[in-house]
Amino acid sequence: MAVKGAGSGAGAYKPVSMSSKEYQAFAKARGPVRSVWTNCLKAFLVGGVICTIGEGVQKFFMAAFHMSSRDAGNPTVAIMILFSVILTSMGVYDKIAQWAGAGTAVPVTGFANSMASAAIEHKSEGLVLGVGANMFKLAGSVIVFGVVAAFVVGIIYWIFGIGAWHDTTG
Amino acid sequence: MILQGKRSWVFPKPPVIIATGTVAGPEEGEGPLASEFDLVHPDLEMGQPTWEKAERLMLEQATDIALQHAGLKKEQLSFYIGGDLMNQIISNTFAARTLGTPFLGVFGACSTSMESLAIASLIVGAGAGNYAMAGTSSHNCTVEKQFRYPTEYGSQKPPTAQFTVTGAGASIVAKEGKGPVVTAATIGKVMDLGIKDPFNMGAAMTPAAVDTIQGHLQDTGREPGYYDLIVTGDLASVGHPLANEMLRRNGVQMEQTKFLDCALMIFDVEKQKVQAGASGCACSAIVTYGHLLKRIQKGELRRILVVATGALHSPLTYQQGESIPCIAHAVAIESPNPAH
Repeated sequence: MAVKGAGSGAGAYKPVSMSSKEYQAFAKARGPVRSVWTNCLKAFLVGGVICTIGEGVQKFFMAAFHMSSRDAGNPTVAIMILFSVILTSMGVYDKIAQWAGAGTAVPVTGFANSMASAAIEHKSEGLVLGVGANMFKLAGSVIVFGVVAAFVVGIIYWIFGIGAWHDTTG
Repeated sequence: MILQGKRSWVFPKPPVIIATGTVAGPEEGEGPLASEFDLVHPDLEMGQPTWEKAERLMLEQATDIALQHAGLKKEQLSFYIGGDLMNQIISNTFAARTLGTPFLGVFGACSTSMESLAIASLIVGAGAGNYAMAGTSSHNCTVEKQFRYPTEYGSQKPPTAQFTVTGAGASIVAKEGKGPVVTAATIGKVMDLGIKDPFNMGAAMTPAAVDTIQGHLQDTGREPGYYDLIVTGDLASVGHPLANEMLRRNGVQMEQTKFLDCALMIFDVEKQKVQAGASGCACSAIVTYGHLLKRIQKGELRRILVVATGALHSPLTYQQGESIPCIAHAVAIESPNPAH
């Protein structure tokens, strides 16, 4: 088959001979840069807004039901979780999170989102093996390491005799 | 002899792509190629109770449309060759159940589009079948669910991440008929240069694309200028420039041709929130079957080389700290009428 462009030059190519190390450096040098500062600022703003809303809800419980700030804490968390689950099921939370990063991941709303999203996603596999088994797929490690960290910190408090538990009686 | 060089098939009597069927999802329907697809779904659910069923539905629709365009009944197909990204390629096995055609399941991740087309062409080119259909599909949510996080989970994707295309594409290859012809195909090797980040598949797949393009040119004795267009599957804005640079460094004269990437064609990367671009089996499938073949038929392109790229990792290998093995398969598609 005589076609233009066929023939002569081909066959003289260097093979792909970069080492893994060389290639990774090559790719890294040309990859997009992720701005840590912009990301931090966005996380600060959105995280701050979520916490301010939480503060508002807490103040509402204190004023409307004459609760102490400690007593108002639990219903406030419940309301924030409700907000998060509603936004998750409406398909909005993940879109905010793409912009906000850690701002939506760190507050309790992020924890609620991780459970609600897993529950929604795995509903198709049934209530037990789907929702039940997968709900803690992401949140599970938060709980495990949260409990372990609390245990370690508790031990430290106990050893050094810092009377943190006195507060709980108040 | 169809084998030429080390790993290329050159067809003395090129098989013809007589018909295609393409189905796309909502985000693709907002993209610049929307009008090129046979069917665009306005939502991701597509009236199905699960994401997996939605993906399967699209594949069944794509195969139906291809059969309609070809004026064939499914009983007339000799073989159906297909694969997808789901575990046990369930979208294809279940769609093949509906089709009832003798079936070969293949897995090449996002390179499946050209892997299946290459095999379909080989079957027809070697006289082992009259009509062979190649098909593949992907759905943004099935892939998110299997490879990443629940679809509604709020995790921030880095700028190197890619957006899985929702869609399905099928093509029917025949011994003769009207349509673009497959003149050659080159089978890729698994390449792994140690990229471990599953959110940077473009960079991971680049060496495989470069290797296959060079292998193809070497085996066939063609120069890049033989093609009006060499197009990679889904290297996106991170991988594609890397591939271009590597090819030039290796002495491949890419300036002779146009070098594009399906992942950067299907979406408006500036406007649509897809990070580095598209990915997924359907990306190269529907861009090739929906857009590029139409351009060949219109006479705007005479010869193209489609190099579909695939990342062959799984969530398990990633969590065990393994790097991402990748592959690329190339198929040369040409106008049946070289006078164009």
